[in-house]
Amino acid sequence: MARTFRLSIAPVSGVVSRRAAAVCAVLVPLVGLAFVLEIATGDFPLPVADAIAALTGTTDAATAFIVHSLRLPRALVGLLAGAAFGLSGALFQALTRNPLASPDIIGVTQGAGLAAVAGILLGVGGGLALSTVALIGGVTSAVAAYALAWRRGTTSYRIVLVGIGIAALCASVTNYLLLKGNIYQTQQALHWLVGNLSGRGWQHVRPLAVAVAVLVPLALLLHRWLLDLQLGDDVARGLGVPVQRARLGVLLAGVGLVAVATAAAGPVGFVALTAPQIARRLVRTPAPPLVAAALTGALLVLAADLVAREAIPGTELPVGVVTGALGGPYLLWLLARVNRVGSRG
Amino acid sequence: MNLRANKVRLCYDDRTVVDDLDLVVPQGRVTVVVGANGSGKSTLLRGLSRLLKPAAGAVYLDGRAIHTMPTRQVARSVGILPQSPVAPDGITVHDLVRRGRSPHQTWWRQWSPADEAAVTAALEATSTTEYADRPVDELSGGQRQRAWIAMALAQQTAVLLLDEPTTHLDLAHQIDVLDLITDLNREQGRTVVLVLHDLNLACRYADHLVAMRAGRIVAEGPPGAAVTADLVDTVFALRCQVITDPVSGTPLVLPYGRHHTLTPEGTP
Repeated sequence: MARTFRLSIAPVSGVVSRRAAAVCAVLVPLVGLAFVLEIATGDFPLPVADAIAALTGTTDAATAFIVHSLRLPRALVGLLAGAAFGLSGALFQALTRNPLASPDIIGVTQGAGLAAVAGILLGVGGGLALSTVALIGGVTSAVAAYALAWRRGTTSYRIVLVGIGIAALCASVTNYLLLKGNIYQTQQALHWLVGNLSGRGWQHVRPLAVAVAVLVPLALLLHRWLLDLQLGDDVARGLGVPVQRARLGVLLAGVGLVAVATAAAGPVGFVALTAPQIARRLVRTPAPPLVAAALTGALLVLAADLVAREAIPGTELPVGVVTGALGGPYLLWLLARVNRVGSRG
Repeated sequence: MNLRANKVRLCYDDRTVVDDLDLVVPQGRVTVVVGANGSGKSTLLRGLSRLLKPAAGAVYLDGRAIHTMPTRQVARSVGILPQSPVAPDGITVHDLVRRGRSPHQTWWRQWSPADEAAVTAALEATSTTEYADRPVDELSGGQRQRAWIAMALAQQTAVLLLDEPTTHLDLAHQIDVLDLITDLNREQGRTVVLVLHDLNLACRYADHLVAMRAGRIVAEGPPGAAVTADLVDTVFALRCQVITDPVSGTPLVLPYGRHHTLTPEGTP
């Protein structure tokens, strides 16, 4: 059986890998299951049937309140932020041809973290204001990385090098601020810096949903250029790809996704790094598959949040602690594997 | 497709590599560019393929300045294979060759029967069909080069520019790749421009030879007429004898070194 099939709904046509289609067909129901469980779980556990009933609007007022006001926004932030982290990581790894790359390396996360911590110390409350400050911080550091890497055009390599410098700078200023702040502010800042889904409401969902609705299609459209860019700048240009514009587009989509996701959920660790690699192994493609990476990211964040809420009875851990605990060992395994089999991560 | 360079100056930052160069690429023929390291051969190819924008002058494709044309339109007429391209880890030959169809695709029509036919034909022409499903990085150097040439073929351009397609290949594979390129030229009528290091193979496979020194063309024409001992001395700063290759009837350059020379320099 051929590994790919041609998908054609005139005038649209493309080639789809059978394995990618199969993997997505398995991931979608799993994400749906995690989403429903995320809604059913909490201080007042709901039967799964009631959770589904609440989503479809056929339930009593009390359950409807719990689901619509408390649980649904949280689950949606987990779903959308997870997908955004996963997709963004896939874009960065494909662009840099480096399985260990993630949006962190160009300073988006650290820039958002610095802005958020500064905001907390300056008395910016939680919620939308803090998200906006984080968003501005993340985008600013990414723009700075791109601008400083510009020398009659850019290369992915130079963007990464400059980004590492900016990330280090932001991280050290963040640490300084944490040392200067009082204990309450510092604790609030650390809660944010770990990545957290608790207390997320519709004000977090709306901007995230809008950004995801715009940037995900953009990323999928850019996929064609991304495949050519992976052959190297010269080959891509020879194939008629406007290399600088294509790279800028991919960076915009990747930075935008990670910045809005970080603004909503905080810098949830390791999702952007690991989700594309898990997806890549499932689909068995050389480049991280975009849709599968987004679904894996969503599943990872939702599953990690379920663990974070249920692991220690009576205590709710921030989701970032769990993704880190799951992602850390995975990263070590990945590194060991890269060392063993050479460059083929 | 008529490709020519008119008073082209090519620079990297402030360093001028090629200056005031005129070249008309003969249509439907194999042109081979030779010259010492750093003489501007690869730079010229990058200029001809609009990878490098001329600081002065212009490259014209059918009378239109190549840098004013949409890059995708150029990509449907001129294919370029840079020197030693690196394939992403794990990409299969088939997937690589499919990328050659990129300039023929649109956002909505990403795969057509014409794409399929072009890829199949490119795999067959380069005899890579049998390992189409294998990762490029697991192939031998010769097979890998064939896969990249197949990608350039799938692009279905009238002009094909290849920068040292035989580097890192053993002699048998060099002959193999150059024979393949000649087949493509003769059977499909494609205009080919090659950069080659080996002067003798260049003489054998070129219809039109271009010799460069310090960013300028010092001689061009059919190898039999253009290649003389004086030219080799000018281009490579190397004394030699030029005899007729008994196998191909083309010029064969026999260099003098400081050692292992039976006849003194200058005696025929």
